[in-house]
Amino acid sequence: MLTRFFLMGLDRKAGLVLTVLALLAVLVPVMTLVVPEGSPWHVSIFTVSLLGKYLCFALLALALDLVWGYVGILSLGHAAFFALGGYAMGMYLMRQIGPRGVYGNPILPDFMVFLNWKELPWYWLGFDHFWFAAIMVLVVPGALAFAFGWFAFRSRVTGVYLSIITQALTFALLLAFFRNDMGFGGNNGLTDFKEILGYDIQAPGTRVGLFLATIAALALSYMIASGIIASKLGKVLVAVRDTESRVRFLGYNTESYKLFAWTLSACMAGVAGALYVPQVGIINPSEFAPASSIEAVIWVAVGGRGTLAGAILGAVLVNFGKSYFTGALPEFWLFALGGLFVLVTLFLPKGLLGLWAQLTARLPNAKGPNAKGKNAPNGKIADQKGM
Amino acid sequence: MLDVRSVDLHYGAAQALRGVSMTAEVGKVTCLVGRNGVGKSSLLRAIVGLKPISGGTINWDGADVTKLAAADRARRGIAYVPQGREIFPLLTVRENLLTGYAPLPRGKRSIPDEVFELFPVLDSMLERRGGDLSGGQQQQLAIGRALVTRPRLLVLDEPTEGIQPSIIKDIGRAISYLRDKGDMAILLVEQYFDFARDLADDWTVMERGEVVLAGSRMALNDEDVRKFLTV
Amino acid sequence: MSAEDTLLYLDGVSVSFDGFRALNNLSLTMMPGEMRAIIGPNGAGKTTMMDVITGKTRPDHGTILFEGETDLTKLREASIANLGIGRKFQRPTVFEPHSVWDNLELALKAPRSPLKTLTYAISREDRARIEDILDITRLSPKRDRLAGSLSHGEKQWLEIGMLLAQDPKLLLVDEPVAGMTDAETEQTARLLCDIAGKHSVIVVEHDMSFVRALGVKVTVLAEGSVLAEGSLDSVSANQQVIDVYLGR
Repeated sequence: MLTRFFLMGLDRKAGLVLTVLALLAVLVPVMTLVVPEGSPWHVSIFTVSLLGKYLCFALLALALDLVWGYVGILSLGHAAFFALGGYAMGMYLMRQIGPRGVYGNPILPDFMVFLNWKELPWYWLGFDHFWFAAIMVLVVPGALAFAFGWFAFRSRVTGVYLSIITQALTFALLLAFFRNDMGFGGNNGLTDFKEILGYDIQAPGTRVGLFLATIAALALSYMIASGIIASKLGKVLVAVRDTESRVRFLGYNTESYKLFAWTLSACMAGVAGALYVPQVGIINPSEFAPASSIEAVIWVAVGGRGTLAGAILGAVLVNFGKSYFTGALPEFWLFALGGLFVLVTLFLPKGLLGLWAQLTARLPNAKGPNAKGKNAPNGKIADQKGM
Repeated sequence: MLDVRSVDLHYGAAQALRGVSMTAEVGKVTCLVGRNGVGKSSLLRAIVGLKPISGGTINWDGADVTKLAAADRARRGIAYVPQGREIFPLLTVRENLLTGYAPLPRGKRSIPDEVFELFPVLDSMLERRGGDLSGGQQQQLAIGRALVTRPRLLVLDEPTEGIQPSIIKDIGRAISYLRDKGDMAILLVEQYFDFARDLADDWTVMERGEVVLAGSRMALNDEDVRKFLTV
Repeated sequence: MSAEDTLLYLDGVSVSFDGFRALNNLSLTMMPGEMRAIIGPNGAGKTTMMDVITGKTRPDHGTILFEGETDLTKLREASIANLGIGRKFQRPTVFEPHSVWDNLELALKAPRSPLKTLTYAISREDRARIEDILDITRLSPKRDRLAGSLSHGEKQWLEIGMLLAQDPKLLLVDEPVAGMTDAETEQTARLLCDIAGKHSVIVVEHDMSFVRALGVKVTVLAEGSVLAEGSLDSVSANQQVIDVYLGR
C-alpha cells in the first residue's frame, strides 16, 4: 500500500525533481571531497553548506506550498515552525558542546552560566540525546500547529484573517524567544556548536553528510507531498481550497482535512529548520521574524504556487539571488525582493512554472491533473460546443 | 431615446440576455414585464451600467454608452431606482436626497420642488434617518433621490413590491405626472400587471432572456401581454 | 391524507421571519418516485419551503415527515443530508479545478474521513457507479475535462450528477435551467425525467416551457401556502393562480 501511495505521486514533475536531487547527491560529495582543490570542478565546503541551506529553505517552501497552493491557507508565519525545529536541534547541539564552552560548564550552556543559572531548566532535559531531539523536531512544531489549527479551523477563520493570526503567532514567538530569561539564549540565540552525533561539525565529511541528509529529507518530503496530492485526500484538499462550503456540504469534515495538511506541513518545516541549524551554525530569534515567513511566501510565489516543484525552484532561485545581491549590492537587496514580489503578483500569478506551462501549452482544452494522458490531445480540440 | 440593440449578457458561463433589443422614448412610460427570472433586472442593470454586456450596444440620446461607466451614464441623465430601494439607512432623508447632487454640475445643485410636491411625506421627515422610514416612504425617497439628479431616463425596478396600496397609488400618480411633463423617458419594470397597464404607453415583454413581444398600448391587447406573465 | 406510504409529508408548516410570514400553513405530500414541479410568483415561499425540508430553517409550526416516519423538524442539516435528501442550488458549484470524473468521485457515497481518503483506491463498483452517472448526465465524453471548462448547462448536469452520486432518495432542484440555452433546457428536462422514478425529485422553476416539458404534477405556491395543484394546464386556467401572477 505504501508503494502504491508513492507510485501514485510519481508524476513527471516528481521524476524530474528526484532525478535532480539524486544527481546533486552524487555529484556534490564527489566534487568537494574527491576533486582536488585547485581544479575548476572543485566545490568548496562553504558552497556545500550554502547549497544545503538553500535546500532547507526549499523544504520550508515545499511545506508552505502544501498548505498554500493546495489548501489555500496563506500562512504568513510558517518560519515559526522552521525556527522551532531549528531550536530543538540547536538545543541538542548546545548540550553536545559539553565542557568545551567558554565557561567550561559541562551541563550548562554558556549563556545560562552568564545568567547565573544553577541548573538546567526542565524543558532542556532529554536534549542531550539525539533521538529525543529528533522527536522534538517533529513534535514541537507539530503540536503547536495542531493546537493552533484546531482552534482556528474550528472557528471557521479563513482568508485574510487567518493569515493575520499566523503573523501574530510568529511575532509572539519572536518576542518570547528574544527574552533572555526564556532560557533559549535570548537575542544571541544558540551557537558555537562543536559536535553532532560525535562528529566534528566543521569537518568536511560532516558537512557533506548534513548536505546528503538534507537531500534525503527533501526527496522524501516531496514524495510524501506528491503522494498526498495525487490521492483522494489531495483532491479533497484542492476542493476545500476552492469552495470549502461545498465540500462540507458533501459530508466531509473539512476541519480535519485542513488540520491534517497543516500539521504535516509544520512538521516538514520543523525538519527543514533542524537541518538548517547545523549547516549555518546558529539559531536565533530573528528566524521568527515575520519577514522570514513572508520571504518564504515570495519563494513559493516566484516558483509557482500549487506545483510543489515550483516551491523548490523559487526557494533556490530567490536565495541564490539574495546571496548574490547581499554580497555585491547589499543596499539593493530589499528593493529587489520587494520588486520581485510586486512583479510576481502583477505579472506572474502562476510563478515561473506557470509561465513555463503557458509557453509550452498546446492544448486549448485543459485536462484534469490525474488524466495522465488517457485521452489524446488532438481529437478533442474542436469539441467545445458539443453537448 | 433609449435604444438597446441585440444585447447579450452573461453571468459567468450562464447567458441571461440573448439578443435583446428594445426602445424607450422620451415622454412615454415603457413597461418591461415578464415572469421571474426572465432577465428584466439584468437588462436594467445593463442599461444603467452596473453590469457590462457581452454583446450588442446600448444607445442613449444619440450616443453609444455601451462602454461608459455607471457614473458617467448618471451624468448623462440616466437615473436608477433599484429593486429594494437601496436608500442609505444611516443618512437622513435630506442627506439621501442630497446624494443626488453627485452627477450634477455645481450650478444645478438643488432639490427640485416637485420632489416634495409629489411626495409631501418627505418634507415632513427631512431629519428622519432613512432606515427608520416605512417601505413605502423609502420607495418615495428612492424616487425622489433619483429625481434630484434631473434625469432624462428614469429606470424603476418593481417600485410597488411590498408597498401598501395607498402609496402605490401615489407612486402611480407621480409616474404619470413625470410622463406628462414630456421631458423624461420612463422605463418601468413591474410584476403587478394592473399597475403597469394603467401607466404603460409601450410594452416590452420578455421571456427566457429574450424580448418576445413589443408594441404600443394601442397595438397590443391586455390578453397578449398577460399570457406571458401567467403560468 | 395520512403520512403512511408518502415520501414527504408537510402539514400546516408555518415560518415567520421578523413578522413576515414566509410559509403560511403549508401542506404538501409527495409519493416515492414522484417528480413534482413547484411554481409560484416572487416571494411565494418556494425557497423557504426547501430550507425547512433540508433543515436550514426550523419551522415555527407544523409537521414534516420523511418516508412517513422521520420527523425532519427535529434534525440538523447534516443528518437530513445523510437521510438521503440532496439539494441543488441555482448557481452551479462544481469543483472547477477538478475533472468531471474527479468531481463525481469526490461526491460518491464513500467513507469521508481523511485516513480513508488518503488510502482510497477506486473499486470496481465505484467505477461502474461513476460510469452510470456519466451516462445519465451525458457527460461521458467529457469525463477528463476540467469542470471549469464546461458550458453552463454542462456544469448544471455535473452538479446534478454529483447529487446523484450521493444516492439520494429525494432531490431538491432549484431553478436548474436559469441561463441555459434552449437545447440545454430540453436536455435537462429529459435528464430529470430519466432520474425520476428511481429517485424522487422536487423542481422549483420559473421557466414554463421547461415545466411543461417535464410533464408532471404542478404545485403552485403563493404567499406561503399551496394555492393550487394539478397538471400545468389545469393550474394555468385557475383564476386565482392567474391573479396571483398578475400581482393582484
